[in-house]
Order: sequence, then structure tokens, then C-alpha cells
Amino acid sequence: MNKSGMRHAVWLLVAISAPAAAIGLNADGLGVAGPLLDWFSAPAQWSGPTGLPARVGEHLYYMATAMGIALLIALPIGIGLGHWGRGGLLAINVANMGRAVPSFGLVILMFLLVGFGYLPVLVALVALAIPPMVTNSYVGMQTVDPAVRTAAVALGLSRWQRLFSVELPIALPLVMAGIRTSAVQVLSTATLAAYVGLGGLGRYLIDGLAQQQLAQVVGGALVVAALAVLLEAGLAGLQRMLVSPGVRR
Amino acid sequence: MTIDWSWITRHAAEIGAQMGQHVTLAGLSLVFGLAIAFPLALVAVRWPRLYGPSLALTGVLFTVPSLALFILLIPFTGLSIATSLIGLTIYTLLILFRNIVEGLRAVPADVREAARALGYSKSRRLLSVELPIALPVIVAGIRIAAVTTIGMVTVTALIGQGGLGQLFITGFTLHFTTPLVVGFVLSIALAITVDLLLAALLWWVTPWQRGRSA
Repeated sequence: MNKSGMRHAVWLLVAISAPAAAIGLNADGLGVAGPLLDWFSAPAQWSGPTGLPARVGEHLYYMATAMGIALLIALPIGIGLGHWGRGGLLAINVANMGRAVPSFGLVILMFLLVGFGYLPVLVALVALAIPPMVTNSYVGMQTVDPAVRTAAVALGLSRWQRLFSVELPIALPLVMAGIRTSAVQVLSTATLAAYVGLGGLGRYLIDGLAQQQLAQVVGGALVVAALAVLLEAGLAGLQRMLVSPGVRR
Repeated sequence: MTIDWSWITRHAAEIGAQMGQHVTLAGLSLVFGLAIAFPLALVAVRWPRLYGPSLALTGVLFTVPSLALFILLIPFTGLSIATSLIGLTIYTLLILFRNIVEGLRAVPADVREAARALGYSKSRRLLSVELPIALPVIVAGIRIAAVTTIGMVTVTALIGQGGLGQLFITGFTLHFTTPLVVGFVLSIALAITVDLLLAALLWWVTPWQRGRSA
């Protein structure tokens, strides 16, 4: 998504959601808008272990640790397979297979197998984050023009120089696309960590649903949604900074 | 991890019903998604200036976590099946819209012009020239949307529906792996089956593509 596209999207989102929220939240008699404002403006909401800053922190911690581990596993595999041109069938299909795995089920499965704690959730998040990054980085490496590879060899560059200063910069847009897909998915699935007793923003959703407190549920959902959109926008910005102007598409 | 096979036989009817709901939710949201995405895509192809913003909007919407989206619909539609259905439809819509537009835009201009020169009307050109050429990309989108939706249906168990996702909740509350594994395996099997069926369907309706690598 380019810069003007992002701006368009944000404006459209505001233009659509503001009146929809105004009509929907007031006209249906549930009157969520008032309680929602109370929920956001309560001082307790902004401090302590159950406040928004703490929950956002937990959520980002889950995401960062899972993404860190998944990056270390997925990128070498995808980039390596793409560089040597091997295992293509596996590398391309792993993302499709990953999509078929229901993340909600995986989180509970790990919980039942390993027990309570962060470890089972971490394993599930890492497992979900790996496939899109493997596939995208493999495809990215495969899109490098063979003529460019040959030219790099002819220039006398070593294998590592070719990999890091020629092939990777060209593959970077797709590598980043994989990272963005995974990061958004991990952020999304991390909300389910609350279901198996952990923290994070999912707490508001799961607890609010159990206690039938609509303001808490909707408030939490709004924060998660905003966080996901910000993450995607941030990674898109990072990609713009990292990708060389010569290979932008 | 041991599987209690007798539990499965005792609960076969229940599992079947949840499978039925799973297929219904995923199937309906795909049909609704197609019905909405198709006209939108035609509009976006006809007026290319709309394409950038609409693609950006669908991209942003797609990043919203599914549970959050379902919940944000609750004030409008309550804890009803409509909430699950609308949420799932939004996700299929986002995937389908993008692929239909990409597929139609990839039709070579000379093919379009040749059809025009042969005297094809606009609608006939769309139906008998452009759509068949765009079909592989469109079906690729339907496959992604189908597999994604089948997985996502399970999340709606948290708001009262969920198909096979209800088995996840049963497994969690009873601390009992069998229902969970049954739901997990069936959900994956359903996704793979539908994916293969759609691939076969594409092969069957596009005889001119056979023998070409994708």
C-alpha cells in the first residue's frame, strides 16, 4: 500500500465508521456510546496491571517475542531455499497449509498439551507466523531476474555479497509482505491468548463477553483493531524506508 | 495425547451438526462475499480512479483481527448468527474483491480490442471473453477466501456460533483433548477438501489452461 493509498484508506475509514458508529450505537437502544466513553475515560483504565497501557504492553510483548523467534526460523529457510532454488513446492505450499490451520484450535491444543503458561501460546503464535514468511521470502528470491544474478557473478561478487547486496534488496518487497502478513496475524491471534488465561488486550474481549459488559468488549475490540491498523501502517512505512527506490513497484 | 474413540462415536450426531453449521457459515459467507465483491470489482475496473482507494480501504479492514471485528458488530446485530455471517462475509469480500479486480485488469488489451472489433457488446465481452480469461485469478481468490473462512468460522464460537469451533470450547472447558482434536482435524480436512474441489472445478471449466503451468 503506498502513501496516498494509506491516506485514502484512513479518510474512507473515518468517513464510513463515524456516522455508522453514531447511528448504530445510539439508535439500537443498547446505548453503547455512553458506557464506552466512561470505559475509556475511567482513571483505572489508564493505570495498574489491568489498565490499557499494561494490556497493550502484554499484547505487544506476545507479538514481539513470537515474531522475533519466527523471523529467525522463517527467513533463513525461505531466503536459503529461494537462493539455491530448492524445495520450491514445499516453500510455496506451506503458506496454504498454514492458512488451513484454525488458530483458535491451535492455541487451545497447545494449552491442553503443554499446560498453563506463555510457552504453549508462544509455540502456537510462532507456528502460525512462520508459513507466510517462508513462502513470501522464497517467492521474493525467485523473482530475482536470472540476468541480474549472472551479472553479479560476472562482477566477481562472492556468494554472500550477491545474496546480501544484490538478491535480498530485490526480494525485499515480498519478504516484507510476508513479515506484514505474519505480524498482523500474530497480533490478531494474540487476542486469543486471554482465552487460555493469559493477559493482553484479549482479556477485555474474553472477560467482557463472559460478564456481558458490552462497553468493555467493544472498547477492547476498538483498541485491538486500532493497534492492528497502526502496526500495518508502521510496517508499510518501514518497508518504504528499507526498499531501495530502484526496485519499488 | 490419547484419543477417546468411544467419545467420538457417542457424539457423532453432535459433531455432524457442528460440521453442518460450519459448512453453512463458510458457504454462505463465500456466496454473499462473491455477490457483493463482483459488482464492486466491476465498478472498480470501470473507474480505475476508485481502485486505489478501495483497495487501500479493504487492505486496512483486512488487518482488523477477526474476533475484534465480530465484536464490533455486536452493538448492531447482537449475539446472533447474523453477526458471524456479516463478519465472515467482510473477510471473504476483501479477498475476493482484490482478486476479481486483478484478474479482470490482467486481461490483455489486444484481446479486449479484438472482441470489440468482432462486434461484441459490453456485457457479452465481459461474460464470454474477459471473465473466462480472468477465471484462474478469480478462482485463486475464492480458494484463499474459502480456506481462510473455514478456519475463521471457529473463532465465532466465542460469540455463540462457531461450527466445529464449539468442539474447541468443549475440549477447553472439559480439559479433554478428544473433542478439540476432532474439531481441529475436521476443520483442516474440510479446508483442504474444499481447496482441492475448487482447484478441480477450475481445471474442469478452463480446458484451454490445461498443460500450462500456473
